[in-house]
Amino acid sequence: MKKDNTFSAQIKTIYKMLMALFSLFVVAGGGLVYYANNPTAFNFNSENKTVSTVPLEVDEDLIVDGIHIRTGLVDDQGLMVVVNNCTNCHSAKLVTQNRMNAERWNSTIKWMQETQNLWDLGKNQEIIVNYLVKNYPPKAKGRRMALSGIEWYELED
Amino acid sequence: MKRRDFVKKATLSSFAALIGAEIVFGSKMYDGYTPIALQDPDPFKLFNKHKDMVVLNDKPWNIEAQAHLLDDKITPNSSMFVRNNGLIPENIDIKSWTLTIDGESVKKTKTYTLQELKANFKQYTYQLTIECGGNGRAEFDPPAKGNQWTVGAVHCASWTGVRLRDILEDTGIKNDAVYIGFHAADQHLSRDPKKEAISRGCPVAKAVQDETLLAFQMNGKDIPLVHGYPLRLVAGGWPASVSGKWVNRISIRNKIHDGAKMNGTAYRVPCEPVEPGAKVKDEDMCIIESMPVKSLITYPKSGAMINKGKKLNIRGHAWAGELEVIKVEYSIDFGATWQGCTLESPVNRLAWQHFSASVDFPKKGYYEVWAKATDSLGVSQPMILPGWNPKGYLNNACHRIAVKVK
Repeated sequence: MKKDNTFSAQIKTIYKMLMALFSLFVVAGGGLVYYANNPTAFNFNSENKTVSTVPLEVDEDLIVDGIHIRTGLVDDQGLMVVVNNCTNCHSAKLVTQNRMNAERWNSTIKWMQETQNLWDLGKNQEIIVNYLVKNYPPKAKGRRMALSGIEWYELED
Repeated sequence: MKRRDFVKKATLSSFAALIGAEIVFGSKMYDGYTPIALQDPDPFKLFNKHKDMVVLNDKPWNIEAQAHLLDDKITPNSSMFVRNNGLIPENIDIKSWTLTIDGESVKKTKTYTLQELKANFKQYTYQLTIECGGNGRAEFDPPAKGNQWTVGAVHCASWTGVRLRDILEDTGIKNDAVYIGFHAADQHLSRDPKKEAISRGCPVAKAVQDETLLAFQMNGKDIPLVHGYPLRLVAGGWPASVSGKWVNRISIRNKIHDGAKMNGTAYRVPCEPVEPGAKVKDEDMCIIESMPVKSLITYPKSGAMINKGKKLNIRGHAWAGELEVIKVEYSIDFGATWQGCTLESPVNRLAWQHFSASVDFPKKGYYEVWAKATDSLGVSQPMILPGWNPKGYLNNACHRIAVKVK
């Protein structure tokens, strides 16, 4: 009986040791798996910059309040023809800054074709010029305009 | 989130979407590194410009100052306008950078390294006024074509370099030389390697002036990339387009230089005055040389409100191309009466001159303070727009600021 007890105690000790060893394996294994997935986990000094991997849908031709966001051009018939033909070499800002009538836009296009490697626009030329003349017409300024957009401020000495 | 971080993350993730996989080393991209194609689109950081500078165009880069940003006597980089015709050169190696003097009228083509230029020729420093020929274009009616500069396409920085004259004397030029034309490293907008973005120049007489430099320093430091690093031709008093950036070759011509933007309507005005909106034939257009007399009120910023009984101290700069400014006046009654300003002599020829005045206002109300400069030939700035021209150059109409007295 005493022998049986001794034997049973020994079995329990071995069992405990095996369990401890097994737990160690589980913890170490878990740690290794975690480390494999987070290689920077132990770089305590470096800020962990996670890069989102959720595919981001970027709408290149998003239009908000009638403005094509990427270029700043007004949304109207012919917009994409203008975007595709007029913003390859230069920014759309060069287009929106300038205000001309059809004749001068046509001569500007001719100048770009002769000197700046602009391609033949074919039927698109009319679409482009109509778009520009309608949305970016010349404004009369006279010989000197009144000052506008003044931001008033208290001048302290 | 900082814009750059956002762009980086957004770009990485859209790139991830594109290749259908995670970017394994995405998080390992170190600070300050951005793939070339994604270079920081923020021009204020890119070119170290003041936040109040105004971007007119981002391809090519064209950025102008506002009057109050130009208050310094010597313009700092942060307030200098940027005018590019093409794409800023990439990967500049100053060790291999050379300047070649060639052309029909050079005795023998010669090439200098940057080091040879710096070591073998005496260096000079001048403050030089450089104004874009199209400064003020935005006011023309009917509108003139091009970047719509208002008042801020002018600066006067301190430039250090060697005299072009000394180089030309070393190379040797023939008696039939009439013009010089620069060639530079910037790319044409179309990226066509056969095309130059801009290749202008000036008559030999201007090229051999004391103040015409091949500069490698601006305000005591290497010239910033966007302003022409490592070598810039600087010709004060003439349209800024003569001051070629990123210069690597100068051709000595036996005729007027015919490089990009020398012909047609570029940097030319009608030889004879025309009515607004007129069509002018190319052969009736003449090259702009010296810029006209002009001034700018740089303090206070337009929009100042002061209390009645207080004097308003104003100041600014005046310049007159090849000439000197002999008088600056101000008016608070739209030109009905003019009062004199204190005017300083230029630090050197072709540097802008500083003026100041203390202004009294008779009663409360809205005022405009107008400034008018007069050059050494007695020619003053017009109060209204000067002669219309197809490309809207040479608007030297008086500058004005709004003031309210309460």
